[in-house]
Amino acid sequence: MYPAPFRYHRPSTLDGAIALLADLGDGARPLAGGQSLIPILKMRMDEPSDLVDIGRLTELTEISQKGDRIHIGALATHARIAASEAARALPILRDCAGGIGDEQVRRIGTVGGSISIADPSSDWPTLLSVLDAEIVCRGPAGSRSVMIQDFIEDAYTTCLADAELVTEIQIPMPPENSGGAYIGFKKAAPAYPAAAVGAQLTLEDGQVCQDIQLALGAAGPVPVVSREVEQQLAGQPLTEKNLKQAAAALVELSDPPADARGSSEFKRAMLRSLFVRAVRRAMGRAGGEIITGEHDYA
Amino acid sequence: MPETMPVTITVNGETRRREVEPRMLLVEFLREELRLTGTHIGCDTSFCGACTVLLDGAPVKSCTLLAAQADGAEALTVEALEKDGELHPLQQAFSEHHGLQCGYCTPGMIMSSLALLAENPDPDAKAIRKALAGNVCRCTGYQNIIKAVQAAAGALRG
Repeated sequence: MYPAPFRYHRPSTLDGAIALLADLGDGARPLAGGQSLIPILKMRMDEPSDLVDIGRLTELTEISQKGDRIHIGALATHARIAASEAARALPILRDCAGGIGDEQVRRIGTVGGSISIADPSSDWPTLLSVLDAEIVCRGPAGSRSVMIQDFIEDAYTTCLADAELVTEIQIPMPPENSGGAYIGFKKAAPAYPAAAVGAQLTLEDGQVCQDIQLALGAAGPVPVVSREVEQQLAGQPLTEKNLKQAAAALVELSDPPADARGSSEFKRAMLRSLFVRAVRRAMGRAGGEIITGEHDYA
Repeated sequence: MPETMPVTITVNGETRRREVEPRMLLVEFLREELRLTGTHIGCDTSFCGACTVLLDGAPVKSCTLLAAQADGAEALTVEALEKDGELHPLQQAFSEHHGLQCGYCTPGMIMSSLALLAENPDPDAKAIRKALAGNVCRCTGYQNIIKAVQAAAGALRG
């Protein structure tokens, strides 16, 4: 399969790329790693006039922890994020990055590219929703910062303006005694998950939930979050009964489409089950347990 | 005539320059332009991994990368492995341990394994499964492939 013909550009600076995208107008698309975009082009779901390859802008690849924030350059690959110090400090980040696609995709695909495509089944929007990440964008008018929940507007739709690029992801570091986990359920490694759940929580006295943040992925056009469900769990012991109740309440808000990955009913059942497992894994980690875990395969 | 652009890739140690359309995929550059047909196109959708080659040492799916993205890089394909009529230990081990039947997935399996062994000379079965999770085999099954990679790892460690 070939993409439709396009012109190819490889500007050497970020501002050069933004200026070029602005000049080229509507038909131009930025190319990062291409692991979402190239399949879209090959299937002719999009036929851009121009591709602006930003994949070599090394200034956008840095991963660092500054104060109480993790900074991830938009062009950091999934593999580098999974292997980073930041992921060691924040295991939920490693769960997500290390479980995306397969080794080949993780070595080329980038976090900024993934969220800019905003596939409703992709992992990063869900993970970043759990962690209340901020997305730093830069366009002809300068830089701005947007919360992930406002950044992802709909399936395949972000708030990025014309010629605007994601440059960095900023994640506020959860408190020391916090634990998190992200589990996606996939039919095979290279597939998108059929369902995914992320949870980050803080415990009091071992079992009582002080604070919890949750998101469901592949569960509708955008990640499913609910402040109400989170607040209902706060102050409660995280017993099986309470978890199942919260899972049912959150999954009630989801709208997973029936497709090749499963029926809506199957996906809701998976979401409920993954919810309980992700929260339990998060509880273990909050209690200091070292638990390795990534996505599950069928 | 569609526009073309120069692309230079060092493939198996040799610098190769071609004028190609920007939409040319790396796998087509290797197969059609250089006639290196050891790299296979399987699913053509970034799923099966038959097209896996190493790009600057990293395994990549060459059906999901533009040749233009690889411009200036070093690529390694399965053709680089046999030297003077002698099979590479990975090729030898796949043969000895029946790690292939039809052989279609084998170049990709071997290139992913090569990348794994460069980083982890003594992988356990779990590490091999994870490294090969993006490579699909539809006939032999995976057990013998894992055995072959472990045998090759042993041979390479000496």
